[in-house]
Amino acid sequence: MNEKNRVVIPIGPQHPSLKEPASFLITLEGEKVVNAVVGVGYNHRGLEKACESRTYIQDLYIIERVCGICSHTHSTAFCQGIEELAGLKIPKRAAYIRVIVAELERLHSHLLWLGVAGHEIGFDTLFMYSWRDRERVLDMLAAMCGNRVNYGINTIGGVRRDFDAAMLRDVLKMADVLQEQLKYYLDLASTEATLIARLSGVGKLSKEDVLRFGSVGPVARAADVGDDTRVKEPYAAYGEIPVKVITDTHADVFGRTLVRIKEMIESLEIIRFCVKNLPDGDIAVKAPRKIPAGEMISRTEAPRGEDIHFIRSDGSDIPERIRVRAPTEVNWHGMRYMLEGQYLADVPITIAAIDPCYSCTDRAIVIRSDDQTDVTDWQGLRQYSIDWYQKRGVNVPSVKMPESKKYF
Amino acid sequence: MLSALFKILIFPGFLFLSVYGLCLESLDRKIYARLQNRIGPPWYQPLADVLKLLGKGTIIPADANPGMFNFLPIVSLAAVASAFIYVPVWGNTASHSFDGDLVIVLYLLTIPTIAAFLAGWYSRSVYATLGSIRTLTQMFAYEVPMFMALLSPALIAGTWSVTGMAAFYSKHPLYILFNIPALFVALVSAQGKLERAPFDAPEAETEIVSGAFVEYSGKLLAIFKMSMDCELVLIASLISAIFLPFTTGIAVVDLLLYFVKTIVVLLFLSLMRSAMARLRMDQLLNFFWKQLSLIAIAQIILNLIIRSRLAL
Amino acid sequence: MKRRIPGKISQMAISQLFQKPATIAYPKGEMDIVKNYRGMLVYDPKDCINCRMCERDCPTGAIKITNEGTKEERKMSAVLDISHCVFCCQCVDICPKKSLSFSQNIDLSNLSSKDFKVKL
Repeated sequence: MNEKNRVVIPIGPQHPSLKEPASFLITLEGEKVVNAVVGVGYNHRGLEKACESRTYIQDLYIIERVCGICSHTHSTAFCQGIEELAGLKIPKRAAYIRVIVAELERLHSHLLWLGVAGHEIGFDTLFMYSWRDRERVLDMLAAMCGNRVNYGINTIGGVRRDFDAAMLRDVLKMADVLQEQLKYYLDLASTEATLIARLSGVGKLSKEDVLRFGSVGPVARAADVGDDTRVKEPYAAYGEIPVKVITDTHADVFGRTLVRIKEMIESLEIIRFCVKNLPDGDIAVKAPRKIPAGEMISRTEAPRGEDIHFIRSDGSDIPERIRVRAPTEVNWHGMRYMLEGQYLADVPITIAAIDPCYSCTDRAIVIRSDDQTDVTDWQGLRQYSIDWYQKRGVNVPSVKMPESKKYF
Repeated sequence: MLSALFKILIFPGFLFLSVYGLCLESLDRKIYARLQNRIGPPWYQPLADVLKLLGKGTIIPADANPGMFNFLPIVSLAAVASAFIYVPVWGNTASHSFDGDLVIVLYLLTIPTIAAFLAGWYSRSVYATLGSIRTLTQMFAYEVPMFMALLSPALIAGTWSVTGMAAFYSKHPLYILFNIPALFVALVSAQGKLERAPFDAPEAETEIVSGAFVEYSGKLLAIFKMSMDCELVLIASLISAIFLPFTTGIAVVDLLLYFVKTIVVLLFLSLMRSAMARLRMDQLLNFFWKQLSLIAIAQIILNLIIRSRLAL
Repeated sequence: MKRRIPGKISQMAISQLFQKPATIAYPKGEMDIVKNYRGMLVYDPKDCINCRMCERDCPTGAIKITNEGTKEERKMSAVLDISHCVFCCQCVDICPKKSLSFSQNIDLSNLSSKDFKVKL
């Protein structure tokens, strides 16, 4: 068609609609998107490499800081994997406490998403209200775990803090207040005309496309794919708690909104069940410093989907390899397909609707060509990068790299 | 001569317009914040914004046309200030009036929008071009209902002058009730004219980062922001003069009544801004052409019938 | 199928006009930090036995314990680098003599990076 009328508009790396840097090169024809090139990778921090030179107990805090919003899920997955490798069985009370904190985290993550979605479509009032409700959850988490985000409640072998009866009563009071607000949001989402006009028909990803791209989390559940790790492979105390899998048939951003709000209401039910049936006992068992050799995969259900951790241990107190596969890493595959054919005005809400956590996503990806494979070590990789820059005329000062540093 | 200059430049002219524009903007932001359960910025925030912007350096992009780039904000502010001369502030009479000045006011009101379009066009940046095209498209959307809504009370009043209409409706206050659909259409179109949510697609922060004004900074941006504030005062005064002409004749009371009327109009506009999401361009065009225009046409037909019935 | 009306949130919005705002004008308003919030560390040199377990378990290497006296007459001192500390309190948990604890002090910002190494 008219090739001359096409214009490439860059969204990112710096853009008011993105919460973290990412680059989307959108080719526009008028107001319609014809092509989209998704570029992530601006948030790579080298976490997996950093974990390889620290002990397990130090790595716990690094893995927790992979993401700010799903931090407890990452640390739970990590601890579960190590506990399984070491053959530990955590006390029941610790498992229930992990579930309570995980559901509180799901609440605050989905409320954050609701606010961000409201902001992307220009509905700042919804943004302010949902974040005000989120403050209640964060204050509760601060009182229970000691911090508003990155609550270090997990340790290898159980949890670090115990909850007393007064705190549990406060949790139930907060749950009642939030239930009213969530019912209001559900009602608002189904009857507010401008909200429905902006969210319906946007970012369509049908059931076949979800299965083709392998999306997880609310993105998949909004297309009637009932995938929930809490039900499929129960971890912590989820085997004893009734969890309802929320699905929806809309398969667009509106469906994802409904799924997330209903999941929040379901989280409140799970919290009430756990608080009522919290067993007595210890909160942790003593964990060894050296973990026996082996490989382990552990899965949890983060607010954004299924989170997989792979741990390989060689028998010492430093892990050999840790690989974190966050749920957003998988959800990016369908993004280009969702963006093409939309209006420019729908691009920010489509990107926001998969609830991207860019910090979770960025791990190093290996690109292999078909005929060549190359195995290099740390020094070789560093030399390769210095050569790459020098070939392009960038002057890299020749500094000797210190020996691989151990942090203790 | 001196009194004419006073009326144009000081009161109710340019100085009063600017100061009252800053006051209305700060009131708008405070109300918007309170509706969202926040505290909001302090009262002097719009003045602080303008002073800060005046102190910053002005950067003109290399590709842009410097003459037009510098000239357009002044055109926008001058048009709004000129239109304000014909709007009654103190009582029922404006500084100057003649039969047909309502049409002049509406014409002068389109100039800021065209200045915004040209500002985005001459900035030669992708976001600015998109924003300026959206501004123009939105103008095609709200112009028709707005003109019809503002011109339909003139059918009953029998004069095209704002001063004349205000005087007529003060004498027959009950006829205002016939114009209520036009008041509703005028308020919604005013929200579109001022490019506030839910009709702020030309300036959508999350999509095109400020739209047509994205390359403006420093003094020029301050003048554009002042012209937007003054436009708010102008439209609030116009709507309150045409649709809410309650006057008593006593000077000070009339001025207070003017403040009350414009603040009531502002309350409606702020509530509309906080209660709805931003509409997409095609949804906006649909809404203005299919729903608002029909109400405005119905209002015109109603006014024509009433005019013939009452033999005015 | 419920009727769709625009501006439905205006009812709740107007009711917010008569309620206290949910924000405070920091730093003017009063802010209460909950009990057991993990803030700045507090060090008690009396019971410290120089085992350095806290240094070993710190994820970032932020805490440094030094013995300024001799082995018989210990004079322990601890220096915390606030720019590296993530306030995880793993050192508090691991200390066998419970010499470390945490307070609720969160006003730790500085204008110069030299002031980040704080003597506890």
